[in-house]
Amino acid sequence: MHEHDVLVIGGGGAGLRAAIAAHEEGADVAIVTKLHPVRSHTGAAEGGINAALREGDDWELHAYDTMKGSDYLGDAPAIETLAQDSPEETIQLENWGMPFSREDDGRVSQRPFGGLSFARTTYAGAETGHHMLHTMYEQVVKRGIQVYDEWYVSNLAVTDHDDPADRECHGVVAYDIKTGQVEGFKARNGVILATGGTGQVYDHTTNAVANTGDGAAMAYRAGVPLEDMEFVQFHPTTLPSTGVLISEGVRGEGGILYNSEGERFMFEHGYANNDGELASRDVVSRAELTEVNAGRGVEDEYVYLDMRHLGEERITDRLENILHLARDFEGVNGLEEPMPVKPGQHYEMGGIETDENGETLIDGLYAAGECACVSVHGSNRLGGNALPELIVFGARAGRHAAGADLGEAEITKGKTGEIEEEDGLDTPVEPGAVEASDDVAADGDEDAVADGGAAVVEPDETVRRTIERERTRIERLMEKDDGIQHAELRDELQQSMTENVNVFRNEENLKDALEDIREVREAYQDVYVNDPSRTFNTDLIHTIETRNLIDLAEAITLGALARDEFRGAHWRQEHQERKDDEWLKHTMLSWNDGSPELWYKPVILEGQDKTYEPKERSY
Amino acid sequence: MSTQLPEEDRGRTESAEHEAESSVEQEGASKGDQRRADRDAKRQQSVSGAPADVEGESFRLKVFRYDPEVEGKMEPRFDDFAVPREKGMTVLDALIYARDRYDTTLTFRHSCRQAVCGSDALFINGRQRLGCQTQISDLEEPVRVEPLPHQDVVKDLVVDMEHFYDQMHAVEPFFQPDEESEGDLEEYRQTRENREKIKMSTRCIWCGACMSSCNIAAGDNQYLGPAAINKAYRFAMDEREGENMKEHRMNVMDQEHGVWRCQTQFSCTNVCPKDIPLTEHIQELKREAVKQNLKFW
Repeated sequence: MHEHDVLVIGGGGAGLRAAIAAHEEGADVAIVTKLHPVRSHTGAAEGGINAALREGDDWELHAYDTMKGSDYLGDAPAIETLAQDSPEETIQLENWGMPFSREDDGRVSQRPFGGLSFARTTYAGAETGHHMLHTMYEQVVKRGIQVYDEWYVSNLAVTDHDDPADRECHGVVAYDIKTGQVEGFKARNGVILATGGTGQVYDHTTNAVANTGDGAAMAYRAGVPLEDMEFVQFHPTTLPSTGVLISEGVRGEGGILYNSEGERFMFEHGYANNDGELASRDVVSRAELTEVNAGRGVEDEYVYLDMRHLGEERITDRLENILHLARDFEGVNGLEEPMPVKPGQHYEMGGIETDENGETLIDGLYAAGECACVSVHGSNRLGGNALPELIVFGARAGRHAAGADLGEAEITKGKTGEIEEEDGLDTPVEPGAVEASDDVAADGDEDAVADGGAAVVEPDETVRRTIERERTRIERLMEKDDGIQHAELRDELQQSMTENVNVFRNEENLKDALEDIREVREAYQDVYVNDPSRTFNTDLIHTIETRNLIDLAEAITLGALARDEFRGAHWRQEHQERKDDEWLKHTMLSWNDGSPELWYKPVILEGQDKTYEPKERSY
Repeated sequence: MSTQLPEEDRGRTESAEHEAESSVEQEGASKGDQRRADRDAKRQQSVSGAPADVEGESFRLKVFRYDPEVEGKMEPRFDDFAVPREKGMTVLDALIYARDRYDTTLTFRHSCRQAVCGSDALFINGRQRLGCQTQISDLEEPVRVEPLPHQDVVKDLVVDMEHFYDQMHAVEPFFQPDEESEGDLEEYRQTRENREKIKMSTRCIWCGACMSSCNIAAGDNQYLGPAAINKAYRFAMDEREGENMKEHRMNVMDQEHGVWRCQTQFSCTNVCPKDIPLTEHIQELKREAVKQNLKFW
C-alpha cells in the first residue's frame, strides 16, 4: 500500500495546481492519473483566463458578469472567491514562466470574450490551456512531486457509515495500466478529485476520449451529492465533423457568424442586439440551431464563422492555432474562407457538490475543477471562467487538504439548512442500480454490511477492503468470456444523449433518454472484457469508464426532467420562462446506495457587500 | 497474418425482450420505441454483412501486434483490418474503428483527437506522425501502422515513454528567474519580440516523434535529444530568466551528450507535428555555447 498525506486524482490544471499548493503547505503529496499529466485535456483549452488585472476593471465587475452569466444560479461566495483570487493566481502562472501573449509595454495581453463587461480574458495565443498545463507540470517536476502516471483510479476508499455525512475517505484504489496490478493508496489527510469533464456522455463533444467523469461518478456512488448536472454547456463553435473546438477568441477578436443566406443572424434575427456574436454561449448555441431548424443552416447542419476580415497578421499573432485546427480537421483555410461551426458539448457546469474550499460532504474528500460544482457557473459558464476555476479552486483544495486554515466556508454541504425534497418525479423507468444492493460489475463485492458483517470504519481496513472489492470486480470482468462489449453500450448511450438531452429539450425526449439509459444499464450487467492481457489493457479501463458514463448520463437527464423551467443552458420546450419564485435552487442528486434521490438547496445570492438581484438576462 | 471481418453475431439480447422485462406499462409505441426498433434493424443489417457498396469503399489497415503475455501475440506480427473509407477519416479514426468493431484487444494511446495531447505519435507508412492529425486520404495504401521506432514496445502500438520523460526532466525544464517578481500582481515584463522568439519552442506536446526519428538518439542513449534541447532553448532564450541562468543553461547544453551530438540531419524537424524548427534551435544553442566559451579567453 502506498501512503501519502495528500492524494490528487487527475493531472490536469486543477490537479496540478492542487498538488503544488499542498506541497507548498509542506504536505507529502502525490498525483495519481490515468494519463501522463501533459496529456490532460486542459491542454486543449484555447481562449484564456478571466482575471481583473487592469485599470478600470475590478473583481466586483468580474463577479457581476459571472453571476449574470450563470442566470442567477451561481452561489455568490463561490463567484466572489473566483473573482478575488483569479488575478493573483493568473500572475502566479506568469511568474512560473507561462508564455502569455504580450502588450507593447511587456505586460500580459487581455481580450474581449462573451458576456464580459471588460476585456479581461488573459491569453497565450489560442492555446492558453496548453501553456497553463505545461507550465504547471514544469513546477511539479521542479518540486519533485511524485506522479503515478497511467494509474487508473477505479474506486475511493470510503468508510461504511450509514449516513454519507458521517463517512470518511481514506484513500483510493488504482489499477496500474502498464502491469495490471491493483494497489491501494492511503491518504493521511485527504483525497482531491480533479478528474475533469464528462464529455464522453455525448457523441459530438470538444472533450477528449479520456473525459469520462470518473471522479464525479465515484464520489456520487460513495455518497456525495451531484449538483446541477442538467446544466451542460454546448459551445457554439465546434467543427462539425469532429467536435474540435474553435475558440471563442475568434469572436472575441471580431469574428462574425453568418447563416447560409449571408445574414449576420445574431443581430439581424434579434438574438442579441447589443453583444451579437459575443453574447453568452447558451444564447449563441440556441441561435445557431434555431437558424438551422429554420432552414437557414448550411447543409442543414451548421453555420459559418468568418474571421477573414481580421487580416493575416492579427490572426497569426493571436489565433494561429485556429488556422491549424481548421486546416487539419476540416480542410478549411481560415484566412481565405469562413469556417463551418456548430454547437458541441463542451463543459459540465454541474458536478461534485463542494464548498469554496473544495471540501465535499465526505470528510477527507475534496474536488476541484470541472468535476466539481462550487457553484461558480450556475446554469451557464462564461468563456474564460474555466481556467481560473482550475487554478483558484485547485489551489484552495490543495491548501485546505494540507491543513491550511482558509476560514469557515459559507456554502453548506449535504442536507443541512433549508433543503427541499423532490416530491415524486414521474420517470418512465426506475433510475439507479439494477439490484437494490450495489451491482457487482461496478462495485466488486456484495456489501459486507448487507451480509450482516460489521461496518468498516478504520482507515487501513477501509483501504484494504476497497482493494479486495476492486480486485474481485476486475477479475470478474476479465474472467467472463462472453456477453456484451462496452463499446456498443457506450455508443448507444452517446447517441441517445446527443439526440434527446441536447441544447433543446422536451419531456418526451428526456423520458426516452431515461429508458435508453436503463436499457444500457441493464445490458451492462452482462458486460465482459475481451482482452485477457494484464499489460496495458485499455479494454478493461474503457469498460469501467462506461459504467461511470451511465451514472452521469442518468444524473444529467433526471435533473433535466425535474427542472421545468428555462434557465441558462437548460432550455425546455414546454417551459419557456425562468421561474425565479420556484427554481432559484440547485438540483441535488444523491445516489442513496443505488436508489437515486432528488432534492434541492437554495442558491446563495448574498455576497460580501451586496445581494445580487435576479434580472432579465439580455445581451 | 490474420484478416478481420465483422463478426456474424454480436450476441446482443433483442431490446424487445428488455421491453418485456421492464416493469413499466407502455401505451402504444412511443417515438423512443420506434427509434429503438430502427436502431435494432440497422444493427441486424450491419451484422449480417456490410452492404455491398461499403465493400468497395474500404481500405486496408495493417497494424503491428505484440503482447508479451498473451499466447498467440508473443511473436510480433501484423494484422489486417478492412476499414470503410469515410471523408475526413484520420489514422486514429481508423484504429478506433478497427478496435471497436473487430478486435477490442487492439491497444494504442489516444485522448484529445486534436493534436495537442501528444498521445498518439505512431510510425505510419514509415514516418513518425500523430494518428489524429494524419488523413487516410494523404496516405498510400495499405496504411501501415507501427509503434515508434527506437523505443521499447509495451504492447501493440504502445511504447515505453520513460526514457523520453527522463531526458525531458534532465534539462531543468522549469522557469528559473534570477530575481523574484515584485509583488503578487506584478508580472515579469517580456517584449513581444522575445515572446515571438520562444513561441515555436513552447508548442512542444511531448509526443516523442522527434526523438524516435533521430539516428543519434537511437545510437546514444544519453543524448538529450531534440525535444529536451528544445525545452532548454525555450528557457535559455526567454529574457525573463536573466543572464546568470542563461549561462547555467548553456553549460547543461554544452555537455558531452548535449547539443554537440546533433549532426543536423533534420529528421526531427521533418516529423515534428507542431512544425517546431528543432534543428535550427539546436544550432542556435551551439552558437551560443561557443560564444559563451569565448568569453573566458
